[in-house]
Amino acid sequence: MIKFFLNRIAMIIPTFIGVTLLTFALIHLIPGDPVVLIAGERGITPERHAILRAELGLDKPIMVQYGRYVWGVLHGDLGKSIVTKQPVFKEFITLFPATVELSFFALILAVLFGIPAGVIAGVKRGSVFDHSVMGLSLTGYSMPIFWWALLMILFFSVFLHWTPVSGRLSALFWIDTDTGFMLIDALRSDEKGAFISALRHLILPSIVLGTIPLAVIARMTRSAMLEVLSEDYVRTARAKGLAPWRVIGIHALRNALIPVITVIGLQTGVLLAGAILTETIFAWPGVGKWIVESIRRRDYPSVQGGILLISSLIILVNLIVDMLYGVVNPRIRHTR
Amino acid sequence: MAEFVSTDDRSLAPPHPLREFWSYFCENKGALVGLCFIVFITIVALLAEYIAPHSPFEQYRDALLTPPAWLEGGTWTYPLGTDDLGRDILSRLIHGARLSLLVGVIVVTISLAAGILLGIVSGYVGGYFETMVMRIMDIMLALPSLLLAMAIVTILGPSLKNAILAIAIVVLPHYVRLTRAATITEKAKDYVISSRVCGAGPLRLMFIQILPNCMAPLIVQATLGFSTAILDAAALGFLGMGAQPPTPEWGAMLANALQFIQRAWWVVTLPGLAILSTVLAFNLAGDGLRDALDPKLKR
Repeated sequence: MIKFFLNRIAMIIPTFIGVTLLTFALIHLIPGDPVVLIAGERGITPERHAILRAELGLDKPIMVQYGRYVWGVLHGDLGKSIVTKQPVFKEFITLFPATVELSFFALILAVLFGIPAGVIAGVKRGSVFDHSVMGLSLTGYSMPIFWWALLMILFFSVFLHWTPVSGRLSALFWIDTDTGFMLIDALRSDEKGAFISALRHLILPSIVLGTIPLAVIARMTRSAMLEVLSEDYVRTARAKGLAPWRVIGIHALRNALIPVITVIGLQTGVLLAGAILTETIFAWPGVGKWIVESIRRRDYPSVQGGILLISSLIILVNLIVDMLYGVVNPRIRHTR
Repeated sequence: MAEFVSTDDRSLAPPHPLREFWSYFCENKGALVGLCFIVFITIVALLAEYIAPHSPFEQYRDALLTPPAWLEGGTWTYPLGTDDLGRDILSRLIHGARLSLLVGVIVVTISLAAGILLGIVSGYVGGYFETMVMRIMDIMLALPSLLLAMAIVTILGPSLKNAILAIAIVVLPHYVRLTRAATITEKAKDYVISSRVCGAGPLRLMFIQILPNCMAPLIVQATLGFSTAILDAAALGFLGMGAQPPTPEWGAMLANALQFIQRAWWVVTLPGLAILSTVLAFNLAGDGLRDALDPKLKR
């Protein structure tokens, strides 16, 4: 078990090195003077240029620069944003809870609807329900989610006036954001209705962001169910005279869930990529919107740091999913 | 007697592979619908100049935000209405089809060619080369494709050409992994070994003996690759990192749509509908191809 864990952890080191190489190369590959790109100052005098160059370590050999970059990264130093002059890491940490909150609810929605839909479609194979679930999930999978977001706003916000168009909380409320999670902060505050307002803001972006994971989870659950239902032990359970719901819900579903859990874990990347588009449309103040804005403002240190942090997170989550899978399924653990 | 045997033979003989493939493909109604739509959109894209009622760039200043023809205030001069600059939406969608398909074709060609080359060589040669290539592919797979594409566009600068290049790089790992896996399976088979015994060189073994037998999963992946490419290009266009205005690219057409959501729903809905139906068509066709090409699923 420990050997399996250590092996998995060792395997992510080259990946992490690769990601740092990529983000390090980013600033050097962009056309233009790196000093100007990083410092973000215009009309620099030659003297100031030389000082900045030495300050940023750009006069050192490239290998030394890379070493210093990785050293900084390992100590949480990702440079300073050109626009706000704040450390990139601090900006990321402030905005990150908003993205987590959104992604979490999107995933909850996807699991809550995806697994039952997949189970019923698998059990009633070939029925109208099965065909509609499969058709809808393929449509969801093909959906350009930025357009899907626009449609949802058009229908629920503009046409029905049910939900607000953007942001995380109505401007009527002013609450302390200690945790960064608006729902928790709203609950803890004394403002009446703040929680409802936060929830109303959350619902539409969550649906939009959850659409693709929902489609993937429903498809995966259905095919896993189909596989498990043809197993001998399911027939045995049925022959024993167990109630149909018991056979499906307890005997079949438990085994069908193993691949589904992996798929759910692998949705992190999908969610964070989707958050880039969803947050941009709903003006949701998370890291996705921040990265898009940083690219537009040519705030290269922020872009560099943001890409590094998001990729590292995805690598970490994938590692955890991988290890959990090893814990759940002994066959994986012993074959590799 | 001889005649009798021969007729019997014919009825027992397996159908031609293509005919067999086609009959399996036709069993899947969704795949057929997808294929028909792909053919339709290809014709539209090829004949864009002749079909489109207006130029996609011409601004009719006296017809800003005209609704579609069947609504009040609409006219058949602009069947699907006009956008905020008075450009005919139908014409822009038709020319957009050309761009989107072009994106798909170029991305799939580049990534398929590079992916086959890297995959087959690393599968055949093995050793350090294989380890290195596969590590790099793992790193690329660890990043969300949109984020990686955005990073590449940041380096190269925003334009449709760079977006295509970025997407082609981003989808590369899928082709490399597929080709490598298939190559490793095929490499150990008897026909490859006997061909090597006959004195075939590595190039012949790789590209003439092994490659044709690895094509089935690659064809499926390439079809599905069209939908990824179109979707990603539209997303980049929407974020302002792909096609730049006034290019009639479907994603870029939606970039400023949010501000018209209150008064002109047709500006918002129609380009997205075009993206969705095209992507869906390629996904349906890809699923059908997979079922038809995968012998394990044949009943």
